[in-house]
Order: sequence, then C-alpha cells, then structure tokens
Amino acid sequence: MSTSPERAIPEPVSQEDGVQALSHSPDSLQTRVQRTLEAARARGASDVQAVVSHSVGLELGVRKGEIETLEHERDQSLSLIVYFGQSKGAASTTDFSDQALIDTVEAACRIARYTEPDPYAGMPDPAFKASEWDDLDLDHPWGCSAAEATELARTIEAAGFAADERIENSEGASVSTRRAIAFLGDSQGFMGGYRSTRHSLSCALVARDAAGMQRDYAYSVARHAGDLTAAEQVGREAAERTVRRLGGRKLSTRNCPVLFAPEMARTLIGSFTRAIAGPSQYRESSFLLNAIGENVFPGWMQIEERPQTPRALGSAPFDGEGVRTRNRPLIADGVLQSYTLDSYAARRLGLEATGNAGGARNVTVAPGDKDFAALLAEMGTGFLVTELIGQGVNPVTGDYSRGAAGFWVENGELQYPVEEITIAGNLKDMFQRMAAVGTDVDRRGNIHTGSILVESMMVAGD
Amino acid sequence: MIDRLAQQTLLDPAGLGESELSALLGTTFGHGIDGGDCYFQFSSQEGWSLEDGIVKSASFNIERGVGIRVVRGEQTGFAYSDDIAMPAMLEAAKTARSIASAGQSGRIAVASRASSRPALYAPDNPLDSLGEQAKIDLLKEVDAVARAEDSRVTQVMCSLAGVHEVVLVLNARGEMTTDVRPLVRLNVQVIVEQGGRRESGTSGGGGRHGYQYFREDGRAAGYAREAVRQALVNLDARDAPAGSMKVVLGPGWPGILLHEAIGHGLEGDFNRKGTSAFSGRIGEQVAAKGITIVDDGTLEGRRGSLNVDDEGNPTQQTVLIEDGVLRGYMQDEMNARLMGTQSTGNGRRESYARLPMPRMTNTYMLGGDADPEEILASVDDGLYAVNFGGGQVDITSGKFVFSASEAYRVEKGKVTYPVKGATLIGNGPDVLTRVSMIGNDMKLDSGVGTCGKEGQGVPVGVGQPTLRIDGMTVGGTQAA
Repeated sequence: MSTSPERAIPEPVSQEDGVQALSHSPDSLQTRVQRTLEAARARGASDVQAVVSHSVGLELGVRKGEIETLEHERDQSLSLIVYFGQSKGAASTTDFSDQALIDTVEAACRIARYTEPDPYAGMPDPAFKASEWDDLDLDHPWGCSAAEATELARTIEAAGFAADERIENSEGASVSTRRAIAFLGDSQGFMGGYRSTRHSLSCALVARDAAGMQRDYAYSVARHAGDLTAAEQVGREAAERTVRRLGGRKLSTRNCPVLFAPEMARTLIGSFTRAIAGPSQYRESSFLLNAIGENVFPGWMQIEERPQTPRALGSAPFDGEGVRTRNRPLIADGVLQSYTLDSYAARRLGLEATGNAGGARNVTVAPGDKDFAALLAEMGTGFLVTELIGQGVNPVTGDYSRGAAGFWVENGELQYPVEEITIAGNLKDMFQRMAAVGTDVDRRGNIHTGSILVESMMVAGD
Repeated sequence: MIDRLAQQTLLDPAGLGESELSALLGTTFGHGIDGGDCYFQFSSQEGWSLEDGIVKSASFNIERGVGIRVVRGEQTGFAYSDDIAMPAMLEAAKTARSIASAGQSGRIAVASRASSRPALYAPDNPLDSLGEQAKIDLLKEVDAVARAEDSRVTQVMCSLAGVHEVVLVLNARGEMTTDVRPLVRLNVQVIVEQGGRRESGTSGGGGRHGYQYFREDGRAAGYAREAVRQALVNLDARDAPAGSMKVVLGPGWPGILLHEAIGHGLEGDFNRKGTSAFSGRIGEQVAAKGITIVDDGTLEGRRGSLNVDDEGNPTQQTVLIEDGVLRGYMQDEMNARLMGTQSTGNGRRESYARLPMPRMTNTYMLGGDADPEEILASVDDGLYAVNFGGGQVDITSGKFVFSASEAYRVEKGKVTYPVKGATLIGNGPDVLTRVSMIGNDMKLDSGVGTCGKEGQGVPVGVGQPTLRIDGMTVGGTQAA
C-alpha cells in the first residue's frame, strides 16, 4: 500500500518547540502507520486502517499543602482494523517494537479469517474523507514543571481552606497537563494526524458540621493553560460548593419542577446523543428509534454538533475513520434532523456517514435568554439538582430514575440543601417538558449546555 | 514460588537477571524511602462479539510495561514505561524518585517470596483454552438458545472476552512475587418487542477460568435464557412506586448494596484521610445484629479473587462487620503503614500505568436462618428487587444508590406484578441497621462485576442472602 501522491497530505503538525516535548516525532509515527498498512496488505488484507497515538503528561496532587502524588505519564499505542473482503479483524498493542508491530498485524489478520462476512463491513466512502482541514487550534503545550504545578496546586487548596472555616479536610488539589499526538492512515490513501493538549486544575474538599461531613469539588479544563480558571477561584469554588451542602435534608415524595444545573443538564443531553448514535438505532435499542423528523423537544429547542470549533475540548478535524467532520444541526425547532453515524452504521441504516466514528463532538444546546437566577425565578418553587449518582437510565425505554442532591427552591431562592432523594420520569417525556435552557453554558466537556428546567418530575424521598 | 512463565515473559526478553534487578532497586529505593515497587505486567486480551446472528468482529490486544512507584511518608512518586528495558526503567525510577531528595546508588538483594497456599486458579492462558472456531460456535449457540426461547426476541448481542495476565512485583524490600491470572467473561443482551413496546434483558458470568467454564453445567445457555426471561418480565412491568417502603433484596448480585453502602467506605485510604462516613467508627454498631460481612479474595476461581494482590501480598478473608459491629478496614501497604496496621492484601491497580489503592475483592454477607419464602410472606406492602444494573456511593456523606433492573411489587405477602427499574437510595452507615430478616440462601454473583475508583476498573465479586430492609427510598414515578 502507499499514500497516493495526488491526495495532498495535510499540513503536518508544527515542529517540536521543546515545551512538553513528545517522545515520538510525527515522522516516526507516520512511518509506523505506513509500515502497519504495508504489513497488513502484504498478508492479503483487502483494506486496512491504522492508528498510532502517543501522549505525555504530568499529574501532580497536593493534599494539606504537601505533595501527595507525582505521576509522569507516557503512553503509546498502535491499533489496526483489517478487512478481508467483508470479514473484519482488529488488534492493538502498546509495544512499539518491530516484532510487536508484526505480531499485532498478524493477530488482526488471524481474527479476520474467523469472523464471518458482514455485508455492511468496510471502509468509509472516499468521497466523505477529509482531504484538507483547518488548524483547530488544539495544541498548546504548557511548560509547567513539577515544581510549578506543586505551587499551583498548593495555591488552589489553600484558597479552598481559607474560604470557609468549616472546610476541615481535603481530598487534595491537582494540576494535570497532557499532550497527545495521533496519526490515522488507511489503504485508501488517507493519512492525517494532529497534536492536541488538555490541561486541568481541580480541587476536592470536605466540610463538617454537627450533622456530618460533605464533600464536593470544582475543576477547570482547557486546551490552553491561559483559558484555565484562576487557581484561587477553583479552590474557592470547591469550598463554596462543599459548604453549601452541609445540613442536607430529604424531601417528602412529591411531583415538582426540576432545574438541572449545567453540569447535570449535560447528562440529559448525553442521553439524547446516545439515543441517536448509530448502534442504538440499528440495534433497535433506543428510546428515540426512527425519530428523524419527529418533535423530540419543544419547538424552541436547537441543538448542534460543532466539531470544528477552534480550541474546544471535543473538536476534531476528521473522525476515527478519516471522514471529515462538520458543524451541523441535530435538533432544529425541536425536530430531530440527523443521527450520528460512522460509515458502518450509515450503511446499515441506508444513510450517509456523518463523521461520527468516535462519537458526537461539541454537542451544543442553544441557550435561551435567561441567566441562572432568572431560571430559578421562573421555576419559583422546585428542586435544583446539582449532583446525580447511579446509572438509572434505561436507554431502550428512556425510563429514568437517579439518585440526586441539590437544593429546595422557593420563590426563586435557594432554601436548604437536599440529599438522599431520587428523581424519576421518562426521558421522552422529560425532553418534551423542558421549559428553558439558561445562558450559564458549561463548556468543560463534549456537551455544551446551560441549566435546563424540566416542568415536572417525580421526587422520591421520605 | 516464582513462576518461570513470569520470568520468561517479563524479565528474560530484557536480559534482566538478579544483578540488574538488585541495581534497579538500589537506585530506586533505599535510604529515606518507605516503600514502593516495580510492577511488571504483561496482558493479552481478546473479545469476540456476535450480533445479527453472526460473529462479525473481534479484537486482540497486548499490553506490556513496568510501573515504578516510590513512597515516602504520605507521598508517592510514579512513572511507567511501555518498554521493559534497563535504560527506560532507570529513567522512570529517577522520575518516580524525584519526590525524595538525593539519588541512590546502592543495591538491594532480591529474594523470592514463597507462597504457602494452593493457587486459586490455574496459570493457563484462557485465550488458548478453546480454538477460534469453538469460541464462535459458543456465541452462536447462545444466540440460538436466546432466539428459540421466545418469538418476541428481536435482537441478541453476545460477547466472549478473555484476559491472560502475568504480573511480577518487586518491592522496595527486594521481595519478588509473581502471579498468572486468567479471566473470562460471557455476556448476553437481548431486546424483545411486543405491540411496539421494547425491553431489554442482560445476563452473563465468568471468573478466573478457561472458556470451558461456559460449557460446564449449561452455563452459556443458562445466561441466554436468563436474559430473555428478564426482558419478557419487563414487557409487563408497570410504573415503579416512589417513596420509602419495605424492600426485599434477592440473593447474589443485589449484594452490590454491600459494595456501595459499606465496602467503599471501609477502604483504608478514605479512612486514613478521615473522608469516609465510616472514619473512626471501628467498634460501633453499624448494622443489625446477625449481620456479618467479609471481603474475601481467597475464593477459588472467583472473578474478584487473587493469589496475591498487586503489591505481592497474599489475599485474605477480612471481616468488615461482625454481628453488626464494624471490625476492620481493607488496606494496601501505604495506608496500613500510615494507620499503624498490616496490609489485608487489598492493594490493587488496573495496570502498570496506574497506582495501586485499597480495593475490594469479593465482598459478601454471610447467610442467616430465615427461609426466603417466609421473608416475602412477612411483607405487607413493599418492593422485591432481584436484579440490578449498577450502583454508586458518595464516600463522605455515605449516600449510595443502586439501580434495580428487575423488581416486583409485594402486597400482603405475595409477589403481585413486575415494576419498571428504579433506583434505590440510602445512607451507608444506617441502611444495614434496618435489616430485619436475613435469608439462609447466601449466593455469590455469577462473575460480572467491575468496580470503578478514580478511573481505574478492577474485577470484583459480591454476594448476599435474601434480605428484608425496613425502609429504603424507592425512586419510581408513582406516588405510593
């Protein structure tokens, strides 16, 4: 196999700058991809796709002012998928020796001799492959040494302890920084790769009062260290979140409106993206089966996928198969526009691939016109949920029942903390009963949404 | 006993003999260092999956590496390498040691640590325990059994997975321990449809065996039938009740109650740091009389069992709660040292690239004397939950949940109708004080559990007898 000369190899990643240097050069990783492709073709594979990835990182944790853990991370992996006609095999290894490359290719080929032909198996349509792409501004190495990380973590934790005298213990503050590079190549001539970085600050604190202990945390994560929240702010936020939970009570069982804080609202949208993912559809295991064209949400709801957003945490120029990603609507005026499909799911469903091998990226819920305080006022009386625990979501039926903690709200004001209750409903119905999305958008993940107000849910308690 | 296979797999290819290891230890540990280890690991794993009646995909994965951990006081320095070779290890050792001051240049003698008890599982590679075609045939048989079970079955997805893991732990004292660990798992999920309503059912099992385990006692076919049975029950399920009520938990897998409500809170790290709802409560009555709960890594062939933990210490049976009284915590070496006690063989890690922590093995409650029928008959109005998805706990506040996937309403001592899955929520330190009846039917789960902590997953087991709990919050949608 070889990379066809006509197809422009996209601008290679920029030269090493010495800060947060990777141990493998882009050239050596590309060569490894090429050799993998060649080795598979030499063993009779009709098509092959290979990914080589590598990352370096540092994670430093401080607890009660002293270093607790200092972890140096250095990962590498090679994975490939081979096709022998319609039969498929996959293998991966973390061993970068020449022998391991051959062993891994042979393992994939051996598997493909046993798997049965699947008429839908195969590579994506070359017409959908990315041929060139914009720099999405994802690589911002942070020259943070272990000593600097230690000081930063100490600052975070100290700000947390100083914020409130009821903070009596800590699970620590941590600083982490990671830089990764990956190349994807296939026997159709695709070869692409890019570097990316991810840095974070976090802090988890424990507060105590006569009734017992509470723990909570705060964090900031970004591609660029300059986009991180100030260290003191992370510590103070962790303290505020922890202290405000003290004295939590149960509620009596009741129906009431529920306002999901942004980081919890994200989980509702996560259930939506899972329901419209290819495998959920072709396995008929989705509560939104065959729902394209249906009113899944109220008419005002707009949800987009924005994989091309510069610097965003979920951004990628092409998906896990080299298919170009693009910003596109998932929900327009409440109506489902599209599923999220890799090429296999697309063929199964008779649709076009949407660049979603590896999932949906930067799923973005359009905010309404109310900020968090205005949403509390709109709810008037109800339950503000700030934490959910457990896995109680049935993806096939949409039945929803999860443990929750948060605050009881009256007249738009927080009254007291609430814990040890559950909230329950059915996602199809909860989506229809969404009344508003706030402007308090949380962008610290792959789903960007503000608070979401659901008109009514069942709260179970005493 | 030092397994030859471990040496051949992990040390020989890099030419690492006693002299090299002794020098590595000398450089890494020594003066001013309280502990730590070089953890060598090789694992090969595979997964075969069936969908639409055919085995259309499978994967094979190899990992090899060494993690070097240096512990001083409450501090841990850690680095790892995918390359088991002296230069890479010395580099990792230097990095890991950077929490301590000056470097070292001495040598520490290496000595094998002998095991005095019989192995809990055979050191054979499970991936070789069946031919590739036989693995495919096994999955096809599961598919056929599930489809033959009921015409309402529309989808069957099943998977067969095996792991062969070889570990060698060389600790800061120069003690060398090895373990060769098999692990297999078979999982079945079905979707059934009736009149436009779809429900799913899941079943499976496994343990530290070869794949022939699934051929014995009709296990594979049993999982298929069980998944279909659960899915069909759910087709008739009505909305679950909401509110506080009496709950009867079935035997076996519902033991995740113990894992969440009690187990995590008794892990040494949280208790050393004073962040657990159980911190400082040894000797207190935290459960009803008659309740005894243990963590036991020594059960033959179980998913959560280990000959030695990932610090090279033999696993053991640790009594957590005895007759309702809190007796002990689960410890790894570092937390045990800091709390002035001994490791209980609970130091576990997901891989060489992650740090060990106190983790559970197989956690279960011993049986009582009540007949399960009698327990159900005693409930006037409540919920009978027999299968669960997963659970989660807030260690500090003690609040925990676990989500039922098969449950029934109990009225006037009779099981009346199935209800939809609902999350149950409670408070760890007091939920077991409300246990009023303990069944005589103690059962361990079928070997499906994976516990997550700080992003690391490790295989675990749970078990319990039928229990009656007088008052738990059931998170349904219907006001009771």
